Order: sequence, then C-alpha cells, then structure tokens
Amino acid sequence: MNEAWIRKDLLGLRGLSKEEIELLLQTAKSFQEISLRPVKKVPALRGKTVANLFFEPSTRTRISFELAEKRLSADTINMVGSTSSMVKGESLKDTARNIESLKVDIVVMRHSSSGAPHRLAPILKASVINAGDGINEHPTQALLDMFTVMEKKGKIKGLKISFIGDILHSRVARSNIWGLTKLGAQVTVCGPKTLLPPQIEKLGVSATTDLNEAVRDADVLNLLRIQLERQSESFFPSIREYAISYQINRDILKRAKPDVLIMHPGPVNRGIEITSDVVDGPYSVILDQVTHGLAVRMAVLYLLSGGPREGEE
Amino acid sequence: MKKQKQILDSEGVRRTLIRIAHEILERNKGTQDLVLIGIRTGGAHLASRLQSEIRAIEKTEVPLGIVDITLYRDDLSERGPQAKIRETEIPFDITDKKVVLVDDVLYTGRTIRAAMDALVDFGRPQSVQLAVLADRGHRELPIKADYVGKNIPTSPSENVEVCLKEDGRSNDELLIISLEEKG
Repeated sequence: MNEAWIRKDLLGLRGLSKEEIELLLQTAKSFQEISLRPVKKVPALRGKTVANLFFEPSTRTRISFELAEKRLSADTINMVGSTSSMVKGESLKDTARNIESLKVDIVVMRHSSSGAPHRLAPILKASVINAGDGINEHPTQALLDMFTVMEKKGKIKGLKISFIGDILHSRVARSNIWGLTKLGAQVTVCGPKTLLPPQIEKLGVSATTDLNEAVRDADVLNLLRIQLERQSESFFPSIREYAISYQINRDILKRAKPDVLIMHPGPVNRGIEITSDVVDGPYSVILDQVTHGLAVRMAVLYLLSGGPREGEE
Repeated sequence: MKKQKQILDSEGVRRTLIRIAHEILERNKGTQDLVLIGIRTGGAHLASRLQSEIRAIEKTEVPLGIVDITLYRDDLSERGPQAKIRETEIPFDITDKKVVLVDDVLYTGRTIRAAMDALVDFGRPQSVQLAVLADRGHRELPIKADYVGKNIPTSPSENVEVCLKEDGRSNDELLIISLEEKG
C-alpha cells in the first residue's frame, strides 16, 4: 500500500519523493478508463471550484486542465493574462487573493517567471498546481511523459532517455530530470553547447553536444521545441543550422534502437527539431502523450482535493 | 483487545455462494442478459467466485465487471487524504442487461448507492439486483439486498469481516470482530 498524498500543492517534481511520484502515476492509471466511458464524468470534485490562471500563452496544457476539471465535476473559472487585470498593474499576489475571496479550492497557474507559484502557495489556502513557471518546472508535463513511458515500455527504471534541443530554457526537461532520475532512469541531455545549462551533470544526467551519442542506445527520445519566444535563436547561428545538427529525421533514426519512442511536449515545429514523417511515423507517441495528460491531470486534481491534512482521522 | 467469532468457515462460505448462485439463476430464469459486477475489493473476488459457480451449474460464462466506487463516495474529501483509486473495469455494455451487484458486507447502504450512481454512467441496465455475503443491518439509506448469504445482527461497535484467500488469507471465513468499548 502506498502512503497517502498529504501535500497541499504540486509545485514541481524536485521536492517529491519517489513514492509520491509513483502514487501520482498509479492514480493516473485508474483515471484513464473514465475518458472511455459513455458518460465521461465522475462526481469526485462536485462543489469544488478550480481557477485556471494562465499568465502566459498555452493551448494544450490549459485545455487539458480544463477538461480534466470538468470530467471531475469541478466548477472552473479561467483567466488569461492578456484579458486580466494584470495588464492594469495589479500584482500577482493581489490577483490571487482576490480570486481566493471567491472561495476557490484549487489554483492552476502558468507564469513566465520561475518561482511564481512557489510565492503564491504559502499565502493561499487554496491548493496551487504549477502548470509551468518560467524555465523552472512543468510537473504535470513531466508526469504525463513518465506515464507515457510506463504505458509503452512497462517500466522507467534502467531505461535510457535522451532530451534533445533547448535544454536551457526547458521547464519540461527540468521536471523530467527530477522525476526520471528519482525513478531510476538514465537521462542524457543533448543540444548546442549554448543551450545546455552549465553544470547540468550535477543533477545526475549526462550531457552531450553530439546527437549521435544521444540517439544511440536510447529507449526514448524526448524532443524539445526551439523556443522562439524565449529568443533561443540568438544562441545558435540560424534555425537552419540547428536543424542540420539536431533534427530528428529518418536518417538519424536508422542509428536508433528499433523500438525507440519519439516524444514531444508540443507544439511541434515540423521541419525544425523533427521532420514531418517522423511526427506521423510509427515511433511517435506524441498524441498518446496528449491523451495521457488528461488522466494525469485528473489524478493530480483528485489527490490535491483531499481533506484536512493535519492528522484528523 | 479484539474478540473474534467465526460465523462461516471455508466450507460455509463455499456452500453459501453456491446457494446464492442458484438463487440468482432461479430469479432470472437462467443466464440470459445476466452480468455480474463486483464492488472493489471484496465484492470483486466474490463476483468472480459466483461466476465460477454459475459456470459449474449452467455451463455458460456470465460477463464479469469490477467497479471502484471511490470517486462516487458521499464523504469524499471529508476523510483527510484522498483514498487510493483503483481501476473500474466494465468491458461490456450494461444497457438492457440484468446487473447483479456483488459486495461482501452490506451495512449503511452508502457504498451501494455510490455503486448504482457509477453504474448509470456506463449505460441503462434493465434491472439492478444486489447480492451480499453478509447483511449486518444499520441501514442509513433505503436499500435492500436481493440475495443474502447470512443475516448477522450486530451492534455498531462490532465489525463484520469477510476474509478471502484472494486477499492472501490462509482460509475463507466470515467473522464478527468485537472492539472493546472505549471509556
């Protein structure tokens, strides 16, 4: 029997134990079936309110959270950065406090500043779920990546998993590194020297600038988008040059394991980090990741909506 | 100190399940449209055993499903950390079927209420019947079992436990456990 979930917030995978991550993944497994029923809804969060605060553009993550909340019967309110009073100069803290006055139970937040949810969590009674903060963490994306690996490979321990692309600006890579190393995977990060964070090896991963090295022997290739909005373009000569050295295409896959998995958190830039035929090809589990994201987010919402944590009962 | 009293031994559990299997078949005039759905965890094991007994009698396989009612509880989240969720597995359409819900012990009736709410999310059964190994009374909802292994009058300070080999017990048995009154 796993221990019960007792945290108020999900801010990242960095602070979680191996057992907590396993509990999240097991719970997600049980939630998968709900989306296959004729009535895709359970009453678990009936009467609870969830606020989705997206201070930074997001399609996939926002829609996935919103659908997960609805399938658990929660009421939802949505706030998108550009239409909110943030643009009128309200501070993050004031925005959150106002939202809390509406008796919201869970706040899902995406913010361009690393650490923004970590600042809010201690001052709010509501649970806070980090849906991506700056270049720090994106825990639910990492959990759905890990869930996809579990589904396809049956395990995580001992697998060789490579992240290719803009590691420096990637909260997806960071959360994955925290989670995967705790579960015993061997993680490699690969990209141009300028996009590899200095001393990344201290997190227990190997780093390389050689794509062949990252692809050879890998069980999973997780590709990261070149984040044009974070101006990663100035970190290498040109997109075309990046593609020549780091693109995943049919040729490079000839050097990969025959059962390699290709993952990508989306949105995909076809023809840059990955070619179109590989996106749609047999190794790609990119759309499975999207489906699994729903179950993972339902599991997180469910576990965080638990009752008093101070040891009554 | 806990005091235990055995109500049914291994043979008793076996004979009781055979009787319930016969009653289900008699009442439904065979296995036409019949499906069994066990409530996790104890009820799922018993449903699987009823399936075997029915197979032995009628030589047909009745579809078997498992329902986890956690997400339908009426006391969810008032109970501290959320309970562990296990998978619901109903790999067939229950619309127009005669569903026999199976649980180990019938007590307040709240579990059964939750299970019926879960069932209607999977389709519209022709009827829902309830089979339990033990009915210990103290209902809090208007719910009644159609097939009862053993009626056991109990006080709220007592507990009724169904021990099954599937849960790693050495033997099947039905027990009353009396908890010492706290001062």
